[in-house]
Amino acid sequence: MRLTRSSLTADMRRRPSQSANENRKGISRVALAAFAAIPPYVWLLFFFLAPFLIVLKISFSEAVIAQPPYTPTFSLSDGISGLLEAVKSFTIFNYTFLTEDSLYWRSYLSSLRIAAISTVFALIIGFPIAYAMVRTGTRWRPLLVALVILPFWTSFLIRVYAWIGILKRDGLLNQLLLSSGLISEPLTILNTDLAVYIGIVYGYLPFMILPVYAALERQDRSLLEAAADLGSPPFLAFWQVTVRLSLPGIIAGCLLVFIPAVGEFVVPDLLGGSSTLMIGKTLWTEFFNNRDWPLASAVAVLLVLVLVVPITLFQRAQRRGEL
Amino acid sequence: MTRFSPFNAVSLTLGFAFLYIPIILLVVYSFNASRLVTVWGGFSTTWYASLFANQQLLGAAKTSLLVALTTATLATVLGTLAALALVRASRLPARSLFTAMTYAPLVMPEVITGLSLLLLFVAIGFDRGFWTITVAHTTFALCFVAVVVQSRLVAFDNSLEEAAQDLGASPAQAFILVTLPVISPAVIAGWLLAFTLSLDDLVIASFVSGPGSTTLPMRIFSSVRLGVTPEINAACTILIALVAVGVMAATLTAKWRDGRRREGP
Repeated sequence: MRLTRSSLTADMRRRPSQSANENRKGISRVALAAFAAIPPYVWLLFFFLAPFLIVLKISFSEAVIAQPPYTPTFSLSDGISGLLEAVKSFTIFNYTFLTEDSLYWRSYLSSLRIAAISTVFALIIGFPIAYAMVRTGTRWRPLLVALVILPFWTSFLIRVYAWIGILKRDGLLNQLLLSSGLISEPLTILNTDLAVYIGIVYGYLPFMILPVYAALERQDRSLLEAAADLGSPPFLAFWQVTVRLSLPGIIAGCLLVFIPAVGEFVVPDLLGGSSTLMIGKTLWTEFFNNRDWPLASAVAVLLVLVLVVPITLFQRAQRRGEL
Repeated sequence: MTRFSPFNAVSLTLGFAFLYIPIILLVVYSFNASRLVTVWGGFSTTWYASLFANQQLLGAAKTSLLVALTTATLATVLGTLAALALVRASRLPARSLFTAMTYAPLVMPEVITGLSLLLLFVAIGFDRGFWTITVAHTTFALCFVAVVVQSRLVAFDNSLEEAAQDLGASPAQAFILVTLPVISPAVIAGWLLAFTLSLDDLVIASFVSGPGSTTLPMRIFSSVRLGVTPEINAACTILIALVAVGVMAATLTAKWRDGRRREGP
């Protein structure tokens, strides 16, 4: 119902104004909105875009033992000449180092692989939940949506931590399986890649369920009846109508799980083992343990480059209003 | 034609079991008398007592709450303004840059946001502590607020504002007196979301915090690395309870307001 109302008002806005008076009000409203944009615009330029450019700059710097631990440094007071001087001493050493040491490109590949596998599992688990939510009566839907959102309000760290007690060697899952006689030896799950998959799927599942649910809810049920009338067997109708039409929601959900999962730090650090390579963890180690800020910056720049395509896709979906 | 097959019932049951069992177990074992987290030794509230005697943890909790309150308020103001701009400012200079900057932090890996902000603070010589954490949290939280408020603002009927202007209100007055009360549930939801995002954040705070400003997630994380203890379970349970009560209060308030509006004067 809210959807129809929003599309209605959108239609009304698109209609040319009937009178000059209305037009003027429209203009003043746009002007006010442009004025309102100034504080967040300035804030984001200064605290989102500028830091990014600094990361880019430091990724071309050299690591030194000093405070701050990189060179060259320059301040705005040095002016253009100082800037040029600094640019001259830029080095691509950090980037060549990233390609030479296999740790880094293996981290990137392994992050992409872990994120992709987790996304597939989140879809396999999330789609049936979203589908079943739509199939319950309209009375229950708000409650079910609230129940999906509620874990999202709970700290991610806490939800990941909860799995340690379950997956440990003497943890609750092994106790259950041992006492039921299903296994005779405790399973080693914690500190393996499997635990990382479980943690990521668990942590990001609401991000998959909600967009898929929204897409499914929007569907006109009579389309399925039409498919059945035209002789389509239920499974084919499900595939060609239900799944096809919910594709935007599925894509949005997959991106919402995949993108943050690639750069995930908490899950591989707490649930993964020493052999679990993920780029978020590598960056963390490079920064906090090795204190190599320029190299950490180069790792970050490459990570953004890796994520540019999925992030652009995500923004396009967001703008089309699929989320 | 509502067909609710057994398959759907099974999906829902298993799905919600998966989502909730880990949290329930965590809460249950915070009342465990045994120090071993995975062996049940009877009901006890010892760990809550020892929690409230832990000065370090309490100090971190205080820092976290102050950061979260400041962040939520700043992010709500900035995010609501950003939502207004996204929906209505059709001719903003470099509009696509603005749009990109409001959506990108939603999916930006936290390690990158944290690292980049730290490097900014170092570059401008800003002392790290309470304010650097607050500024960093506000930056990503404002984007979440913007998305939440935007979805409500899109559905807002502009003719209401026009009517207010016809009756002599300035555009700003019309927005504050007419639009803001209507979209207030979204603004409140945005505030709560910003508050919990800030309260929960570990990665960004770890990068930009300074000596003397350790947040609760940072404290929890460093003890989790040393092992699972019932005290942490107790601390987590309190956090979960706070969030649950907050969300429920917000939902009930929204329900109550909606009901009142429908009855109407």
